[in-house]
Amino acid sequence: MSDFPQPAAVKPAEQGRLTRLWSSDFAWAFRHSPVAICSMAVVMLLVLAAVFAPLIAPHDPFNPATLNLMNGFTAPGTPNAFTGEQFWLGTDDQGRDVFSTILYGLRISLFVGFAAVLLALVIGVTLGLIAGYVGGWPETIIMRSADVQLTFPSILVALLIFGVAKGFTPVEYRDQVAIWVLIVAIGLSDWVQFARVVRGATLVEKNKEYVQAARLIGRTGPAIMLRHILPNVLSPVLVIATISLALAIIAEATLSFLGVGAPPTQPSLGNLIRIGQGFLFSGEWWILLFPACTLLALALSVNLMGDWLRDALNPRLK
Amino acid sequence: MNTPVLQLDALSVEIPTRHGVLKPVDAVSWDIAKGEILGVVGESGAGKSMTGNAVIGLLDRPARISGGQVLLNGKRIDNLTPAEMRKVRGRQIGMVFQDPLTSLNPLLTIGDQLSETIDAHLHLGRAAARQRAIAALDEVGIPAAKDRIDSYPFEFSGGMRQRVVIALALCAEPSLVIADEPTTALDVSVQAQIIALLKRICRDRGAAVMLVTHDMGVIAETADRVAVMYAGRLAEIGPVAQVLGAPRHPYTHGLMGATPLASKGRSRLAQIPGAMPRLAALPKGCAFHPRCPKAQNRCTVDPRPTVADGAGRVACWFPMGAP
Amino acid sequence: MIAYILRRVFQSAIVLLIVGLVAFSMFRFVGDPIDNMLGQERTMADVERLRVQLGLDQPFVVQYFKFLGNAAQGNFGVSYRQGRPVATIIRERAPATLELAAVSGALAIIVGIGLGVFTAIRRHGIASNLIMSLSLIGVSLPTFLIGILLIYLFSVELDLLPSFGRGETVMIGDWSTGFLTESGLKALILPSITLGLYQMTLIMRLVRSEMLEVLRMDYIRFARARGLSERLVNFRHALKNTLVPVITVTGLQLGSIIAFAIITETVFQWPGVGLLFINAVQFVDIPVMAAYLMLISVMFVAINLIVDLLYFAIDPRLRIDGRH
Repeated sequence: MSDFPQPAAVKPAEQGRLTRLWSSDFAWAFRHSPVAICSMAVVMLLVLAAVFAPLIAPHDPFNPATLNLMNGFTAPGTPNAFTGEQFWLGTDDQGRDVFSTILYGLRISLFVGFAAVLLALVIGVTLGLIAGYVGGWPETIIMRSADVQLTFPSILVALLIFGVAKGFTPVEYRDQVAIWVLIVAIGLSDWVQFARVVRGATLVEKNKEYVQAARLIGRTGPAIMLRHILPNVLSPVLVIATISLALAIIAEATLSFLGVGAPPTQPSLGNLIRIGQGFLFSGEWWILLFPACTLLALALSVNLMGDWLRDALNPRLK
Repeated sequence: MNTPVLQLDALSVEIPTRHGVLKPVDAVSWDIAKGEILGVVGESGAGKSMTGNAVIGLLDRPARISGGQVLLNGKRIDNLTPAEMRKVRGRQIGMVFQDPLTSLNPLLTIGDQLSETIDAHLHLGRAAARQRAIAALDEVGIPAAKDRIDSYPFEFSGGMRQRVVIALALCAEPSLVIADEPTTALDVSVQAQIIALLKRICRDRGAAVMLVTHDMGVIAETADRVAVMYAGRLAEIGPVAQVLGAPRHPYTHGLMGATPLASKGRSRLAQIPGAMPRLAALPKGCAFHPRCPKAQNRCTVDPRPTVADGAGRVACWFPMGAP
Repeated sequence: MIAYILRRVFQSAIVLLIVGLVAFSMFRFVGDPIDNMLGQERTMADVERLRVQLGLDQPFVVQYFKFLGNAAQGNFGVSYRQGRPVATIIRERAPATLELAAVSGALAIIVGIGLGVFTAIRRHGIASNLIMSLSLIGVSLPTFLIGILLIYLFSVELDLLPSFGRGETVMIGDWSTGFLTESGLKALILPSITLGLYQMTLIMRLVRSEMLEVLRMDYIRFARARGLSERLVNFRHALKNTLVPVITVTGLQLGSIIAFAIITETVFQWPGVGLLFINAVQFVDIPVMAAYLMLISVMFVAINLIVDLLYFAIDPRLRIDGRH
């Protein structure tokens, strides 16, 4: 056998992890998708605005001491007829700066949204792992409950939980706990899809060799579930989480709009829109328009991200 | 001299990707005559299926024919409009796919699927088409065809389903049949029956057959000539006895060494070192040279186009057994 | 197959019983029903009398079945807020919601499936991309925002359509319908678009994605390889296989229209059961909440059942096995 030239070998282990991530298919797709970049940018912007609201907002809209009723109904950018103050986006009927109320409202909306999804995720993934890995009675109970709950639209479930919780809470405390009840209500109405996906993926992973190997060397159930199976089922969970976030934000806005969500003392974007609707016909359009646009931008960006993520992580579309 | 049914003239297929342009089929040429069975062998990814798809015009975007010609009964078909090509498919070219379970629409009866195909090409009307369909099922060996024509695909076994698929592919009486791994998804016991069926039907009708497979045994049993593909290029082509018995291309030689044959007794199977290169990383010159025991400097620079060699052709600078 | 049907019916019954339990628990444990029904000036004798009348002195299980029995007969008690029988209130307001739901549903299905098929077949065209982009907005926009936007455009700016209410209605027997008057029909337009838009986008995206999946299947390739026309391939092979999974989801989605009506009715002040429910939640009017819950559940469970049975009619594979 004669010598023949060897092709040059590239040693992949020498490239740094960050470099590999940057040049991976996923990152390439991200960098080349204007949609993904834009929506990510918008989301980041809104999140930062919400987080730093106390620093950015020119006024504190909920401190009665700083409010001046005479400022009410000022149009955006024009000085108030009585006080001469200017507000970027105008004021509402109580003289509150719309820009500030939006910032604080954004805070509530994002907080409730993230917290609710987190709750749904934790519950759903845990139950899904248990259902898939343990099987038997726990699986039947969990999946049947999921089926029953799925028969009803999540908004109804959320409304119900909220209504019942309201019934149980003494009137004085209702405003204070409203936000938490809202989070629980939305979170509990959303865990099912996480559980289903995780259960399905767990069933698939359970039979793979690395799990059997782990069992052979003596690892226990919870350890296997957490350390081995969980990382492998995270990809679809991520996609669902992003889409769930958009849904949770919309759910919160809807509930607040209906008057059964965030309290008037801590209004979210939904409350603001409800208030704004009342002034539609009388001409103070800015009270409605700006909160509405903010909500739209938020929901749209998160949805776009979720959609893009789902396409990017779908192996079959490659 | 009869015009061959199928003529491939330096056919090339390209796929633009973000890694650059890939060439899954590179200047492949061969003929198939009436009534002849050409086996096309090669490893997975060698370009055999892609060639078949190119011939019948079913390349998935973004793959496209980038060079050469395809001639069917002397007429060019690679540059037809989609409407014209649709008339060719089924009527002049029939194709059998690998998996009979997924090839059939689960929600339509096989009678429906047969009748619509017959009707699309032969315009017979419902009753006549149905009669034709029953006859077709009979021909492929489905027992009690008249009763089973209204059954759904899931009511058949794997072998029966593939028979139905063959009936479907042949019911409009094409002159060329492309069979893409027709037995790979079947039980071993059924494979022989299906191959025999295919062979018989095509011989009876005088159809030319392009039989794509990676199973040497099927080739030995069935084909008249065989073409060996490697990394998108044609390595060797010739009569079956010659290519299998006295292979000229080192790759074919290696393949035969790696194929268990009853005649070889219990000698150890030889492995070709290395693996077929990925399309995105083809070596310069002959694609096989990194693994070739006979490679020399010339092989690393220039791939050799096929040259006539006895009753076949081979694409090698230093074919084996050369005088 | 009979076994399957029986099993499904049994499952549905269980779900209804569970929902009934939840509704009943709400009744019993949320607030004190006595408190809610009697005012401040009540005597111990009043309280005791009401207790016995409502059956509150009996064991839980007995009360539960009594509650179910009452519900089955249409007796849901008396509204805390309005003081009238719940059943009457609901019967008055049901036609409004049902008409709205029917129109929205029809809109969603027809336009949704149509556009879904179109964007799947003409996948790479400009029209498809445009429609898909707009559809993303349709899914991201909360229903109430759509409603408000429509009101702003058509009522405030253009003054073409009413911004609230049902317009004039005509009584046909017990049923008040808005279909027979011009103002009634006009009033239906904006709310039904609002209500149906979300469902329509969902259906459209679902049909499109299912159809794209189906168009990738081997049997479609084989159909093309046999030279079948694009029309046959798209509408005979692809569409049928697309609609099978779409039907279940669609059926369930449409059921949820009645629930989503809550939002639309609030935006447009549409006098249906949705608005009734929201007011009930705000006032913690338990009998109304419970009644709404029970009725909605029956409806959903029924829809689920019908959809499952529909599967049989369409997918022949299920008929033989009986397995799901």
